Amino acid sequence: MDDLYRDEILDHYRHPHNFGTLEAPDAVQEGSNPLCGDRITLMLGISDEGIVDEVAFTGRGCAISQASASMLTDEIKGKPLAAIVKLGSRDVLDTLGIPISPARLKCALLSLDTLRRALADRVAWEASTEEVPV
Amino acid sequence: MAIVRPLDPIALRADFPLLERDFGGRRLAYLDSAATALKPRVVIDAVNAYNSRYSANVHRGIYAIGEEATAAYEAARAAVAHFINAPDRREIVFVRNATEAINLVAYSWGRHNIASGDTILLTELEHHSNLVPWQILAQERDADLEFVPIDDLGRLLQASYEVLLRTRPRLVAFTHVSNGLGTINPVREMVEAAHAAGALVLVDGAQAAPHLPVDVQALGCDFYVFSGHKTLGPTGSGALWARRELLEAMPPFLAGGEMIREVHLRRTEFNDVPWKFEAGTPDIAAAIGLGAAVEYLEGVGMDAVRAHERDLVAYTLDLLPQEVPDIRIYGPQDPDERGGVVTFNLPEIHPHDVATLLDREAIAIRAGHHCTQPLHERLGEAATARASFNVYSDREDIDRLGAALARAQRLFNGPAVH
Repeated sequence: MDDLYRDEILDHYRHPHNFGTLEAPDAVQEGSNPLCGDRITLMLGISDEGIVDEVAFTGRGCAISQASASMLTDEIKGKPLAAIVKLGSRDVLDTLGIPISPARLKCALLSLDTLRRALADRVAWEASTEEVPV
Repeated sequence: MAIVRPLDPIALRADFPLLERDFGGRRLAYLDSAATALKPRVVIDAVNAYNSRYSANVHRGIYAIGEEATAAYEAARAAVAHFINAPDRREIVFVRNATEAINLVAYSWGRHNIASGDTILLTELEHHSNLVPWQILAQERDADLEFVPIDDLGRLLQASYEVLLRTRPRLVAFTHVSNGLGTINPVREMVEAAHAAGALVLVDGAQAAPHLPVDVQALGCDFYVFSGHKTLGPTGSGALWARRELLEAMPPFLAGGEMIREVHLRRTEFNDVPWKFEAGTPDIAAAIGLGAAVEYLEGVGMDAVRAHERDLVAYTLDLLPQEVPDIRIYGPQDPDERGGVVTFNLPEIHPHDVATLLDREAIAIRAGHHCTQPLHERLGEAATARASFNVYSDREDIDRLGAALARAQRLFNGPAVH
């Protein structure tokens, strides 16, 4: 069993990074998978130079969706939008580092989808965020 | 009372080819029969026989295989009628599934009988398929929907039902057995009360027809629907039963070939029931397969099926809290009030993670809202895990489930190893 839910995933699930809310976010986006009830709210602070200097999320759901959100917020914190728009599904799945079955892809990619929608009126996404199985 | 000969799941398992498949040295513990059932060899053979030996259209061909196909299709209708003790095989309309049957009633009967200000009475237990068609109808007709609430064990509050019947609903529609919680509803009593209030009654039998004896005449309802694929039959098969005079008065749902007697450029005379409701070439193979499935179940004996599943429910309700002390089990705790469905959550583990971990051990359960989002709102849970049974399920499946749940709980609770 353990290889699927490796310790790092469970650590992120039990103790998610960047978990909470921002007082004055520049972008707020909710995302959910109605089929399973996974839900996250993503908040971003974006500097005038286009750097995501603050990020926070709250959420509830399966280990994969919540660990993915925790890892993705780590990944984008302090990065310029120009770099963030290059993040694709493959990057998120690689970071998770576990085999994701087709039925669980929506869980794994909920945070990326929410991030993309949070930034939709600011930037054009460059990388593919399609659900491509690894 | 007749003696019920106990069902032997180990012997019956040999009838289900899928259970011979190897899953990493194990057989599959298939605990998602409420979603769809495994198919016995007699059903697979019946479908294959049609496709390989007499795959002609029905009610058309003046040649040997056309007549064989028609005879087999109509024999399947008679078998389904017998299975639910319908008085007349012509009261059975073949549909794709229970969803289509409910939609047929909502479109055909509903649009000719529900007017502005009328009430349709449903319950909090309903599958989306017995909710959304009525929402659409109510919006279109400016009608009202009311809902019988449940208690904390998922049982319909009969006192509230009595009160809601005073709104004089035109139709009461509710599930025979809840797919979410397994609750077995007191159909006969509820039908009597509805009729006394002047309402017709539709019963969603999707989770009942496969699992316990159904006698539509004894239940007294007006419409009864079920899915073939949950009843050991092929996907694409299902049945609507309605009293003959209702079907006679209802206009067609879909129009085209087969449902006509005479067609002229500007007018058409419709066929008799049930063919009036079977426009176009039906899923002949699936209907024939469903006929084989219900005959198989009758051979096993529906009293025996019910007794077997009741035993499995009792065993599960007893075992799971021993394996996982903090498990939360939803729905009636009395196996007499519960069909072969056990819905649960483990503390601090999302049911999707539970299902994924179980899948690694060749145990198939359902995780999600099971097409009952309003029920899950009532439970205060976005999602639950569900194990559900059928004739081929046995205690070994549940032992494996219990042990795997205990391992999942330890994995998620245990300290991370660095």
